[in-house]
Amino acid sequence: MSSVKYEISEDKCLVVVMEGEFLLESSDLSFQEVIHKIESLSEVSSVSFNTRSLQKWDSSILNLLNHIKSHCSSHDILFIKKSLPGGIQRLLDLASAVPERKGVRKREVRNSFFASIGNAALNFTRGSSEMLGFLGETTVAFVRLITGRYRIRGSILIPILRECSTDALPIVSLISCLVGLILAFVGAVQLVMFGAQIYVASLVGIAMIRVMGAVMAGVIMAGRTGAAFAAQLGTMEVNEEIDALKTLGISPVEFLVMPRVLALSVLMPLLCLYADLMGILGGMAVGVFMLDLNVMEYYNMTRDSVSLNSFWIGIFQSFVFGILVALSGCLRGIQCKRSASAVGEAATSAVVTGIVAIVIATAVITVLCNVIGI
Amino acid sequence: MDIKRVHITVKDLTMAYGDLVVQQNLDFTVNHGDIFIIMGGSGCGKSTLLRHLVGLIQPAIGEIFYKDVNFWKASAEKRKALMKNFGILYQSGALWSSMTLAENIALPLEAYTDLSAAQIGELASLKLALVGLAGFEGYYPSEISGGMRKRAGLARAMALDPEILFFDEPSAGLDPVSARLLDDLILELSESLGSTIVVVTHELASIFAIGTNSVFLDPVTKTMIAQGDPRLLLERSEDQRVISFLTRGEGRGAES
Repeated sequence: MSSVKYEISEDKCLVVVMEGEFLLESSDLSFQEVIHKIESLSEVSSVSFNTRSLQKWDSSILNLLNHIKSHCSSHDILFIKKSLPGGIQRLLDLASAVPERKGVRKREVRNSFFASIGNAALNFTRGSSEMLGFLGETTVAFVRLITGRYRIRGSILIPILRECSTDALPIVSLISCLVGLILAFVGAVQLVMFGAQIYVASLVGIAMIRVMGAVMAGVIMAGRTGAAFAAQLGTMEVNEEIDALKTLGISPVEFLVMPRVLALSVLMPLLCLYADLMGILGGMAVGVFMLDLNVMEYYNMTRDSVSLNSFWIGIFQSFVFGILVALSGCLRGIQCKRSASAVGEAATSAVVTGIVAIVIATAVITVLCNVIGI
Repeated sequence: MDIKRVHITVKDLTMAYGDLVVQQNLDFTVNHGDIFIIMGGSGCGKSTLLRHLVGLIQPAIGEIFYKDVNFWKASAEKRKALMKNFGILYQSGALWSSMTLAENIALPLEAYTDLSAAQIGELASLKLALVGLAGFEGYYPSEISGGMRKRAGLARAMALDPEILFFDEPSAGLDPVSARLLDDLILELSESLGSTIVVVTHELASIFAIGTNSVFLDPVTKTMIAQGDPRLLLERSEDQRVISFLTRGEGRGAES
């Protein structure tokens, strides 16, 4: 326990008597108390200390004394430290040995409303021009690739292919099967009222094959592989591995981005096909076990209602999603700053960019298909 | 006095990140075969200068010449040809983590030579043996220690027998003996290959052991305040900041 008493000696000196233990976990004395005391005695010209019965101390007493010291120096009161224990004196000297550098302390800058809008606009322009630059570089790299000016090595491509195909199958199976199931459930509730439960097959078939299979595969890959790409490239940026490529004259876009874009644009349609199948199986489960439909009946109805056009639209969409997811992952990875937290932000941002791109692309493709009438 | 051939010339270089000036008015030359030290206190922009020299950052003002070629005014192809002659050892080694050590060393060879896969493999093994890592061809960078990673990074930097080797804090994070061995390796390379070597460091022991020329960057005035052989600087410099740096703040009297 700590306690403080005050004595005033004859030469207008306030003696602060400190007793007991001044420890961070037990000290309940705040410096304001002592400063109030000093302020209340206007005639005091110096402050000294009596620490004969001080038992233990740590940073808490230093903090207290440092505040008193700075209060004294700003109010022309003499701070007498010679009666303090030697360790405390030396630490106090050390704390004031290097004076605070001017302009070092960070101030919280509060921008006005208009300044914030301006900054946001500037950031947006910068972000967009970076994105355009990246797209340009990728296009150039792609042209160089198909004209045979450089080639991608199998040893780099194969691990990426594996990462975005077989490794993703379990989660794609689960999600698309459940989506098919949900679609069938929701549709069945309405269709059963008209005795038209057989149309559940059409509903699930068309929805999965035309849009949902591609979108589900795309969203899963954005969360899984897009984030992984961003984290891989971001970590390489942090480790200076990307610098090492650049200084060797090897373009990071050609060496790191193109294999990933290629891998995902080839594999995404396959994953989409698989997701379509799993979705239809999910729908069939509802049809067979809940609506008492025959498996063959369900199969034939699906085959009759889904046109080949829908199938190709779905496959085309997934191809576009593959490119978008890979590009947004790689873009965020390459933009990554040099810290561990930046890698996390890059991964998060890659997923957000990927999903936003997928939704926008779906909307655009759907409208376009409507316009050209397929 | 023998006339030395100038290899790198830096003219009136100002380095800046946006509005923040890191260093300004840098003027120095590096001769063929020099072991050139870039030194200075923490945060004075040593590594930034190195990143300018190797072409990773474009200077805000000023020019960098390699022999008589202006690096940033040259065409992209010319620049690429110049960069092919650089070997760079990054602070953390910067080995490509998805590739084995042999593949790391093979990549520059594959990019710039028409050698067969077998020849490239042999060369990679040779470079690894030169830095004392024979037999580690199949290891991934995450499977070896920090000192070994640095040496493997050096092997990669030497893959194309570059004319200039750049080292970013070679002894950072190494124990004194490994740091000493790396210094010896740098000296050996300089003598046997005749390469020009540029080293960023603040390790006094290395500075005096290997340096033949140097530039001293000051973080407060944001410019260079001394240049020349570090040993001569220690003897003759009049600048208190340089003396203090080269004697660990003890002053010249304490040294003798």
